Amino acid sequence: MPDRKKLVVAFAPFWHNGNRITDRSLQIILAALPAALIGVYRFGTPALGVLALAVSSAVLWELAFNRVAKRPVSVGDGTAAVIGLLFGMMLPATLPWWAVVTGTFLAIVVARQIYGGVGANTFNPAAVAVAILMLAWKQRMDVDAALVNYAFDFPAAFPLAAVKAFGNSAVKDLSLMDLFLGRQVGGIGTIGGAALLAGGVYLVLRGVIRWEIPVSFLAGMAVTAGIFHAADPARFAPPAFHLLTGFSLFGAFFLAPEDSSSPVNFIPMLIYGAVVGSIAVLIRNIGVFAEGLVFAVLVGNLIQPLLDKIRPKALGKVS
Amino acid sequence: MTKSKPLWGMGRPRLEYTQLPARIERPEPIRPAGPVTLLHLRPAEGKAIPAVKIGETVKTGQKLALYGNGDYVTSPVTGAIAALAPFPGSFDRNYTAVAIAPAPQEVFDDALSAVHRTPSLAAAADFLAAGPGAPGLHRLTAAERPIRTLVVCGVDQDLLVFTQQYVLGARMPDIQKGIRILKQIAGLEEVVILTRKEAVQGFGHIVGRVMGVEHGYPSALPPLVMAGLFGRVVPAGRTCEDLGFCFMSAEAVASVGTAFGTGRVPVNKLMTVILKDGLARLAEAPIGTPVADVLKHFGAATAEGDRIVIGGPMRGTAVYTPDHPVQPDTDAILLLDAAAAAHVSDYPCINCGECVRVCPARMQINLLVRYLEAGKFEEAEESYDLDACVECGLCSYVCVSKIPILQYITLAKHELARMRRAESPNA
Repeated sequence: MPDRKKLVVAFAPFWHNGNRITDRSLQIILAALPAALIGVYRFGTPALGVLALAVSSAVLWELAFNRVAKRPVSVGDGTAAVIGLLFGMMLPATLPWWAVVTGTFLAIVVARQIYGGVGANTFNPAAVAVAILMLAWKQRMDVDAALVNYAFDFPAAFPLAAVKAFGNSAVKDLSLMDLFLGRQVGGIGTIGGAALLAGGVYLVLRGVIRWEIPVSFLAGMAVTAGIFHAADPARFAPPAFHLLTGFSLFGAFFLAPEDSSSPVNFIPMLIYGAVVGSIAVLIRNIGVFAEGLVFAVLVGNLIQPLLDKIRPKALGKVS
Repeated sequence: MTKSKPLWGMGRPRLEYTQLPARIERPEPIRPAGPVTLLHLRPAEGKAIPAVKIGETVKTGQKLALYGNGDYVTSPVTGAIAALAPFPGSFDRNYTAVAIAPAPQEVFDDALSAVHRTPSLAAAADFLAAGPGAPGLHRLTAAERPIRTLVVCGVDQDLLVFTQQYVLGARMPDIQKGIRILKQIAGLEEVVILTRKEAVQGFGHIVGRVMGVEHGYPSALPPLVMAGLFGRVVPAGRTCEDLGFCFMSAEAVASVGTAFGTGRVPVNKLMTVILKDGLARLAEAPIGTPVADVLKHFGAATAEGDRIVIGGPMRGTAVYTPDHPVQPDTDAILLLDAAAAAHVSDYPCINCGECVRVCPARMQINLLVRYLEAGKFEEAEESYDLDACVECGLCSYVCVSKIPILQYITLAKHELARMRRAESPNA
C-alpha cells in the first residue's frame, strides 16, 4: 500500500454551525461600543483612557494568570477584553489608573480565574469588581464627586443620587428623552440609553444573549419601581426614570445575561431577570446605595444554580 | 463541513432532511474490483476458532456462521475465502474480516429456495439477518415483548441521505410483499409506513397506514416518531420494542419481500454517496464492497486528513481505512475534506445554554456535560437524564465551545452498559 493516505477518525456529528466563543465576544464588544463612544463623547479623553486601560489591563491580567498557572493562553477568545470593557463602562470617567488596574485584577483573577476560568465563574466578573471598588473606594466611585470639575449643559447631578437625597421632586423636571439620549451623568458607558438598547437588541437578534433575561429584568424593575412610586409619589421616582438612569439598561443587556452566571432554562431565566431587576430597585429606593444594581446582579448570580433546578422533564422521564 | 447559522436568528438551527432529488433516477451499479470483505462479529469470551477455512469456496447468498452462536454473514459473491483477519470495531466490538475473492462464474446458494414458499419467522431470521437494510428480525421473535406495530421507515434518519426515500418510491411492490409476509409470520396488528410529510397523499391502495414525518431534523428518529406521531413516549432507557413497536428500514422490508419472492437472499446494498463537491449520488453495490471501490467508481480521490463517514453528517461513523466494507446498514458514504470537517476543542462549557434549547429530549446538557467530563457517569444518569438522549448530535452541532458532547454521552452509555454487564453475574 504505497500511496495510502491517512484518514482522520472522529466522532459524530461532522458538522458544526460555526459558533465560536471569539465571535460571541466580538459581538458583545461591537454591541457595547456605541454606548462606550457616547461616554467618551460626553466625558472626553479621561473616559477614553479609563476604557482603554480597563480593556488592556484585563487582557494582561488574563495573560499573566495563564502564564503563572501554566495554562493555555486564553486571551484569544476575547472574554477578558469583554470583561475589561464592561467593567470600564461602569466606572466614572475620572477614576485613577491604579483603581482601574486593581478593578480588572479583581474581575479577571479573583472573580473568574480562581473559580476555574472561562465558563466557571459563579458571579459576573465585571459586577464583582465594581462592587468591591464601590465598597473600598466609595468616594472615588461616587459619580457626583468624580465629575465635579466637569461643566455640562444639562443638570449635572447623578439622577439616582439626587432622587435618593431629595425625593422625586429633585428629578421631576428631567426630560426622559434627555436621559434616553445620554444627556445625564453616570458611568462612562451606562448613560447612553438609546445606544445600550440598540446594542442589546442587536445581541438578542444575533442569538448571543437570551431575550428572556433582559425583558424580565426590565419588567421586574418597572413593576417594583411602579409599586414604590404608587405608594409614595413624593419620595420615589416613577418606573420610566428608573429604567433610563444608572446601570439599568446596561445591567439588563450586558451584566445580567452573562453566560456563565445566568440560568439557561425558560422559567428560571424569567425569575432570574425579575429578581435582579426588582432587587436593583429595592437597593435604590430603600438601600444604602444610590445605584446598587451590581449587588442585585450578584444576588441573582447567587441563586442561579438553585433556579436552574426548575427544568422541564426530559423525554421519557416520569419522575 | 461547517454549516454556518444565519446571521440573524435567536432560534434553533433549521436543519432539514434532504429530499430525494429529481435527477436521481436509478442507482449506479458498482462491482467490487477485488475481494469483498464481510465483518462477522466475534464473540467476546474465549478464543473462538472460525468454522471456515481459507480457500473454501462459497456461493452467492450462502450463510457463513463462523462461531456457531447464531451470528452469521451472507456471502454476496461466489468465490473462495481469501483471508480471515481480526478487525477491531468501535466500542469494544471485534469482528473477524472474511475476505472473499469473487470467481468469474456466479452460483446462487439454494438453501433459501428450498423453504421460501412457506415463509416463517424462523426462516426469515435464519437467512436475512445480514441482508440489505439489516432487518434485525430477532426483534420480532422475542416472546417477552411481542411486537404489535411494524414501522417501515421510508424516510432517512440523517441529513443528506435519501436511500430509504428512494427505496420507498422505487421498490413499493417488494415492500408490499415484505409487509404481507411479515404481517403473516410475525402476527403484526398494524403496519405504518413513514414518508416525508408532503408525500402522504401520493400512495394508492396499499397495505399499511401511511404517516408523514416533519422535515426538520431530528424528527425521523424512532423515539421522536414515537412521541410525535404515535403519542407514545418511550420511557428513558427503554426501547421502542418494549412498547410493541418495531422500526425497520424500507430497504429491509423490501429485502424480506424479495427474498421470499425469489428464493434468493438479496446481497446488494443501496446507498447515498456524498462526495467533497457536496453532490449526492445513489449507488448500489454488493455488501462487503470496499468503500474505496465505491469512491473510485465516482472518481473521488481521498487526501491526507480526509474523513470517510459511514452514514450521515450528524450520526455517522468515521472509519480509519478506505478498505472498510459496505455493511448491511450502510445507508450513506460521506467523504469530507480535511478543511471542511468540524473540529472539537478542549474548551470548557461556557454555560450559554444553546444545547439545552436545541435538545429534542429536553435534557440539561450544560450540567450533564460537566459530569461526563469528570467521568461521573452514574451521577449523570441518575440526576441528569443521560438515558433520555436520542443521540441526534444537535448539542455538539451548536456547541460554542465545540465540546464533543455526543461522544461523551455515547461513551458514558457504553461504559454504564459494560459495568452492568460485568456486575450482573454477581448480582
